[in-house]
Amino acid sequence: MAVLRWLRRNLVVIAGLCTLAYLLLPNVVVTVFSFNKPKGRFNYSWQEFSTDAWRDPCGVADMCGSLSLSLQIAAWATIGATVLGTMIAFALVRYRFRARGAINSLIFLPMAMPEVVMAASLLTLFLNMGAQLGFWTVLIAHIMFCLSFVVTAVKARVMSMDPRLEQAAQDLYAGPVQTFLRVTLPIAAPGIAAGALLAFALSFDDFIITNFNAGSTVTFPMFVWGSAQRGTPVQINVIGTAMFLVAVLLVLAGMLAGKRRNKQSR
Amino acid sequence: MTTPLAEAPPAKDPEGPAPAPRKPRRRGRLVPYWLLLPGILWLIVFFALPLVYQASTSVQTGSLEEGFKVTWHFATYWDAATDYWPQFLRSVLYAGSATVLCLLLGYPLAYLIAFRAGRWRNVILVLVIAPFFTSFLIRTLAWKTILADGGPLVGALNSLHVLDVTSWLGVTDGDRVLATPLAVICGLTYNFLPFMILPLYTSLERIDGRLHEAAGDLYAKPSTTFRKVTFPLSMPGVVSGTLLTFIPAAGDYVNADLLGSTDTRMVGNVIQTQFLRVLDYPTAAALSFILMAAILLMVTFYIRKSGTEDLV
Repeated sequence: MAVLRWLRRNLVVIAGLCTLAYLLLPNVVVTVFSFNKPKGRFNYSWQEFSTDAWRDPCGVADMCGSLSLSLQIAAWATIGATVLGTMIAFALVRYRFRARGAINSLIFLPMAMPEVVMAASLLTLFLNMGAQLGFWTVLIAHIMFCLSFVVTAVKARVMSMDPRLEQAAQDLYAGPVQTFLRVTLPIAAPGIAAGALLAFALSFDDFIITNFNAGSTVTFPMFVWGSAQRGTPVQINVIGTAMFLVAVLLVLAGMLAGKRRNKQSR
Repeated sequence: MTTPLAEAPPAKDPEGPAPAPRKPRRRGRLVPYWLLLPGILWLIVFFALPLVYQASTSVQTGSLEEGFKVTWHFATYWDAATDYWPQFLRSVLYAGSATVLCLLLGYPLAYLIAFRAGRWRNVILVLVIAPFFTSFLIRTLAWKTILADGGPLVGALNSLHVLDVTSWLGVTDGDRVLATPLAVICGLTYNFLPFMILPLYTSLERIDGRLHEAAGDLYAKPSTTFRKVTFPLSMPGVVSGTLLTFIPAAGDYVNADLLGSTDTRMVGNVIQTQFLRVLDYPTAAALSFILMAAILLMVTFYIRKSGTEDLV
């Protein structure tokens, strides 16, 4: 009886942990299979333990090239989308102007549109303009779909800002530029950082829009897609595992730093 | 000319009411437009204009060699819809099932993070978001291993006779899971689950814990508290979560391609092949317009319905 009662009380916890396991299972598989030594071209069934792939992560032709291309595109797309998106967010929160509704829906629609529709229509535009598909078309597309997410992230932060802080700065004889650089920007920074991080992750991992608009340029997701047809090298799993570990470590470091700062301020 | 200083009297007045947001500076009347211009121009040229081009492409006829011309050939829409209605139906069914599964799986986890995780809250949140940082294609390929024929999971499901039930429902095929609708739905559910969990968590986290205590004080059973207090208050999260799951899932073609077979092709697959392999641009454009219109219609209907019946 006691067991049953405990089960009933913790049913939500058990169900939640099962979902968490479902979410993490593929990452476990990716990690385990990064130590595999597959017999054929595909790395789908376990053969024997080996650290070959970890010792030679760039041993597959073109993979590391595509990885660095993806990092480059993601970096430029992040910069572009963050600058343009932050400007829009400030304009939306701080100023009154005409056509606000139209602008809001222009920002919302890209987030509510299936990727394949955006990808196909953008390709139509590029084909009609006779643009050469490649690095630039991919970058243009990435800035386009990251922009709305940056606007949303920055807007939330700027909206919750206390306007009296800026007024106080101005009372203390800070000029508009000084106020912006020393008060407004530092307060908005977490929102801008969140937007930039989101843009980077979205751009780095994008496949559908890139696949339509890349021509013969191969980004990392496109390399993985191609390898699903030709044969999956173990090195893909090494990169996947490394990305997961780096992300978790960065977040944990951020959390620890935040905790320490909280303690100091107390 | 007004100086910024002259515009901030509320802050100087100690007895005055809390200062209202500053009015925009008069001399900077053009500032918002300069701030908006580059980004909005980008969206107009690379988001809105392409949709116009696509609309025009969808009513063109011609061939790749001779070029396409606008002939207002609306029959393309009719042909596309009649030729590919099974794929449309599948997209809606698979994306719908994945959305329901995401809600069923995601709600307990969001609830756990919001109310029961205690000091583990941030750790679990990180674990929900962290998979995002491994390329989703790599993670989807991992499902090929997990669902492999004769693998431990499929063996267990088989011996528990789960696969008999799912085969009877028509979502699996004998003792196979890979290359069946179930595999595609499972992949879609997995891929878009965080998009369900995060909005759910946000709206659950906002609920005042005292409301639960109040419900308990008024002799509501835990299940009644959930039904009458928690769930209604989490409706905004449910609505945005289902939208964030359904819309991308309906347009997805990666899961259907990697985990499915030719019998599980969705609209996204057709658009992709027509555009990138067959190079039949008018049909592809018409298909993607039908998809967009269908999704917009469903979403509007859904928001109306959930807005009037549950949110109010």
